Amino acid sequence: MSEADIRNFNVNFGPQHPAAHGVLRLVLELDGEVVKRVDPHIGLLHRGTEKLIEHKTYLQAVPYFDRLDYVAPMNQEHAFALATERLLGIEAPKRGQIIRVLYSEIGRILSHLLHVVTHALDVGALTPPLWGFEAREVLMCFYERASGARMHAAYFRPGGVHEDLPPQLIEDIYNYCDPLIQVCDDLEGLLTGSRIFQQRCVDIGVVTLDEAWRRGFSGIVLRSAGARWDLRKSQPYDGYETYDFDIPVGKNGDVYDRYLLHMDEMRQSVRIMKQCCERLNSPEGAGPISAQEGKVVPPRRSQMKRSMEALIHHFKLYTEGYHVPAGEVYAPVEAPKGEFGVYLVSDGTNKPYRCKIRPPGFVHLAGLDSISRGHMLADMSSVLGSIDVVFGEVDR
Amino acid sequence: MADTESLEDLASHIAGHLGDRVQNSVIAYGELTITVDPVDIVQTLRFLRDDARLQFVCIIDVCGVDYPSRRRRFDVVYHLLSPRQNARIRVKVEADENTAVPSAVEVFPGADWFEREAYDLYGILFANHPDLRRILTDYGFKGHPLRKDFPLTGYVEVRYDNDLGRVVYEPVKLQQEFRNFDFLSPWEGPEYNLPGDEKASS
Repeated sequence: MSEADIRNFNVNFGPQHPAAHGVLRLVLELDGEVVKRVDPHIGLLHRGTEKLIEHKTYLQAVPYFDRLDYVAPMNQEHAFALATERLLGIEAPKRGQIIRVLYSEIGRILSHLLHVVTHALDVGALTPPLWGFEAREVLMCFYERASGARMHAAYFRPGGVHEDLPPQLIEDIYNYCDPLIQVCDDLEGLLTGSRIFQQRCVDIGVVTLDEAWRRGFSGIVLRSAGARWDLRKSQPYDGYETYDFDIPVGKNGDVYDRYLLHMDEMRQSVRIMKQCCERLNSPEGAGPISAQEGKVVPPRRSQMKRSMEALIHHFKLYTEGYHVPAGEVYAPVEAPKGEFGVYLVSDGTNKPYRCKIRPPGFVHLAGLDSISRGHMLADMSSVLGSIDVVFGEVDR
Repeated sequence: MADTESLEDLASHIAGHLGDRVQNSVIAYGELTITVDPVDIVQTLRFLRDDARLQFVCIIDVCGVDYPSRRRRFDVVYHLLSPRQNARIRVKVEADENTAVPSAVEVFPGADWFEREAYDLYGILFANHPDLRRILTDYGFKGHPLRKDFPLTGYVEVRYDNDLGRVVYEPVKLQQEFRNFDFLSPWEGPEYNLPGDEKASS
């Protein structure tokens, strides 16, 4: 056979491949077993979130954010709440901020646990998912006890959070911190030293720092390449600067570094959770949980029964909503997967004129081609697992 | 995070180097926004990236915004991040349906998918983009859904046809009329006439 007859082979990876993490269709161009080109086809889960938000009031837009990265719902709401608050010129009260930090960190652990264990599953380890999901179950119960919903919480609202936490819940969260560290230890015992896991991860999917910046990578993918960049430290919001925690940074930018960073960040998150619980029980953390003046956050139901003023506010806020001054802001948060940002354009009415959602997973998936070129086909699932994509946020 | 003073420093530094190319420079809500002409966008982005003091090396976002009443109806908004300055900047250009904006992919490879998305959702064209295909919408989709004149319900809906054995597209059929709840207060919001308003003038 002459050389001219040889051509590259195209295969479809997904949309129903278990390692495609949902609804990703990868068109791979293969030369033998070596990946020459990756063309991710996304949008199979596109729901037009941004369009829908333009037709809803600010408060009605909140639940759409739960449905983006549904693995860590509240972190998304956080970005939207911050953006709206910045336009309105208000800030959540102290206790509200602490609760937000606490639940953001629970969300981070939820996401990281899911990521680590499914990544392990992608490269062939079956036990981690069973152990990890058990811990996620407990954490999701904390979500439920605060907001009433296990996933789609609608809990962080512009102005603060929806409901206060009962004292028993704070105590239970505090008491679960140490068992959570034990879960991390157990998972590390299974994976970190495992020869098979290392063979699938070390020196696979290397990202250089320069490339990471120019491609807009953020979060752990960026930190694995050696950048000391975490928005919680560098551009703190909701009082993150007052908490004591460290930012783990990688050296090699490979899949294994990303795994180690995920494990380390969970331990750091537990540290923050403990501090939050202590603050919530101290005088510093007492007080209201959301803005008080009644122009943004509806009054409590008990007030509504007794005060005409409160009743009017309640009615107006749940029909017309509040008017947000015209202007534009970009509010980012350090979501578990990287920088999640909301670019909000307001025209002064009660609905956002434009709400652009900047999902970290979208950017990382866009870089998949450059990260995985020249790898073997079998490494694709490892690389894809390590950049931690969730299609709710990629497709929006 | 950079405060207003350092943002003013950055703005004057940028204005000093780019000169007239900066059409407008605003600091609002603690964020710096500059507006440039579409033909200058690549040069501007390259300057912002390579200038030793600025070093906006990270592309955060590229997106479109639609203002149908304007002559050039689209804004293309670039968000950049400088880890050195710990600052963000927003660069805006105006565009319309027919004139292409030069693609930023050669400066920031990360702009690739964002520009595809802006093309898909708004129909903004990007010149010299390596692969300007639709990205989020369905294969064979028509129209640009995030434009303000595109209805929320869309034009087509899909269902699985048992006889044909495949998914078919049909014009969208609503079981009840689309209800647009307009709760804007009649004293401060809408510009239309409420029933009975016509009597006031006569």
